[in-house]
Amino acid sequence: MRTSSTRYVPAALVLLLFPALSAAQAIEPVVARDSVENTTLPADTIASGTVEPQEEPAAVIDAPGAVTVTDSPNDAGDQLTLTFEPSTETETLFCHTVYRRIAGEGDESWLPVSIIPAGDPSELVDGLDPDYPIVPGVQYEYRIAVQTLDGLEVMGPVTPAQAVAEGEYYHTGKTRALIASSIFIFMIFYYFSRAQRGVQFYLRPIAGIEAIDEAIGRATEMGKPILYVPGLSSISDVATIASLTVLSRVAKKIAQYQTRLIVPNRDPIVYTVADECVKQGYLEAGRPDAYDPESVFFLTDSQFAYVAGVNGIMMREKPATNFYLGMFWAESLLLAETGSLSGAIQIAGTDAVTQLPFFITTCDYTLIGEELYAASAYLGHEPKQIGAVKGQDACKAIIMGFITLALVLTVVDLAAGTHTLDWLRQLMTMSVMD
Amino acid sequence: MKRTVPLIIVMVGGILMMIQYFIPHQASQAVFDYYTEWAPIVGAFALVLGVGSLTRVHFHRIRRRSKNWPYSLAVLIPLYAMPILGLMVPVSLWGGMESPSIFHFLFMHIQVPIQSTMFSLLAFYIASAAFRAFRAKSALATVLLGSATIVMLAQVPIGEIFGPGLQDVGLWILRFPNLAAKRAIQFGVGFGILATSLKIIFGVERNWLGGAGE
Repeated sequence: MRTSSTRYVPAALVLLLFPALSAAQAIEPVVARDSVENTTLPADTIASGTVEPQEEPAAVIDAPGAVTVTDSPNDAGDQLTLTFEPSTETETLFCHTVYRRIAGEGDESWLPVSIIPAGDPSELVDGLDPDYPIVPGVQYEYRIAVQTLDGLEVMGPVTPAQAVAEGEYYHTGKTRALIASSIFIFMIFYYFSRAQRGVQFYLRPIAGIEAIDEAIGRATEMGKPILYVPGLSSISDVATIASLTVLSRVAKKIAQYQTRLIVPNRDPIVYTVADECVKQGYLEAGRPDAYDPESVFFLTDSQFAYVAGVNGIMMREKPATNFYLGMFWAESLLLAETGSLSGAIQIAGTDAVTQLPFFITTCDYTLIGEELYAASAYLGHEPKQIGAVKGQDACKAIIMGFITLALVLTVVDLAAGTHTLDWLRQLMTMSVMD
Repeated sequence: MKRTVPLIIVMVGGILMMIQYFIPHQASQAVFDYYTEWAPIVGAFALVLGVGSLTRVHFHRIRRRSKNWPYSLAVLIPLYAMPILGLMVPVSLWGGMESPSIFHFLFMHIQVPIQSTMFSLLAFYIASAAFRAFRAKSALATVLLGSATIVMLAQVPIGEIFGPGLQDVGLWILRFPNLAAKRAIQFGVGFGILATSLKIIFGVERNWLGGAGE
């Protein structure tokens, strides 16, 4: 590596002593000090006009140094990690451009895969840009170019990649997640099996779930319908599935009470599943004849149009009971406040933390987070379902134990000024996934 | 058969997706991509069912002259008019790119303002809900009122007149008690999702199958 002051001395001598070479430079403006062969621009770069040939003689600058290419870990074989020695030029350097081509292809195949501004780390994960994907198992060549503030581009030497991208069969950064998941899955299965063997578990009463019967009874007494909103998310959302399992059980009770049910849907797939759930609920109650095919319907997939539609139903039909169970966004308050104004008893449940305050404010009962997932078990009283709830509780107990231990160790260390149990505290507080 | 086949599909798919999460190899990614590509295809078919349901419900209301049946016309006419206009008259009747098509005109001048109006109602509903929530009827409601007042004042420029201490207290409420409660809920939600997923994958929870569940 040379310094910038010493770099210009031989260049000046060359220009003074050899006028012919100076004239030649007017045609071939970009000159790398390291190698004459590095002075040409990639054909596609010139053709695309990204770098205009310079007519004036330019200062000679250093090309970037050695390039090291390694296979990126824990990927699908579509990334290579590249490091290079940056140009020693500091005053006029604008950026480094990383070019890549498949080994053995011609100069027209160079792809400018990344531009690294001057001063940024000379390291790059190639393959992240979907416009320039890396194909697993293919041998590539790299070339780094230096771009100056004057628009000159000096090409570095061509370097065959020392590694070929290959996918791994195990993500080593997810080991802790695997261990934690295995423990939790084991706990849930353990309680499944205990429940199956007839062990009786205590479930703390949840007011919102216990009020479901009361709410259905109220609607029956008033002779008014019940509105059930299964959230606005798709079927891939677990909260929606939890809501549909509750709908099935609520529909059974409604069929027993012979009350009218209204289920507007935002997602067409959720609509088809909800329709089947309600039908099944009526069948289980022994009242398939009471099932109204128009009670479950698709409204619209537009968020606020759905709100307008449901609010309209609330104001026209005046349901005695409104259920909002599932995933909600900004529409939660619009729905629940309108329901509150219409005088309905309202039971809500969601795992959307940001929407919970709105439901708590406007609804009579709110199932908070996990209570929505437990509702089906509470309503069904099936041993395996209750076992799953106890499994969840056991998992939470483990987490609470870890948090308490980490807290105590932190306080003890802070009070005593020691680091005796640092390794254990770090174990408790480290992230689950790299 | 009606029950077994969906259960097997869910079990195999669920277990595959669980394993796939830990395998970054391209073969594993290909399986994931293959599965996820099915979702929009199934969704496209379900949309037909959804539009069919909407049409059936409102058509029956119009035919029976049910209460408020003109609203059903307000649903069905735009439901079919918009795609017909979009397909039959895709460009402006007046020509050129500067005049928008009828579809574009209706979308921008009817649907967008209506949706904006619905969203803007939220501001008024928040005010009325906040008024109800912040009535200091009990000790806990008073704590809620006090903390909400501090947090709100800490977020707005006028809060600066109470000195930097108010902003610090507001920030402390958000960072510690508020965040702790949110994380506790999120832990519960995480385990709830895990347990529900396992119940579905291993066939313990079958209500989602609807009529095929029994």
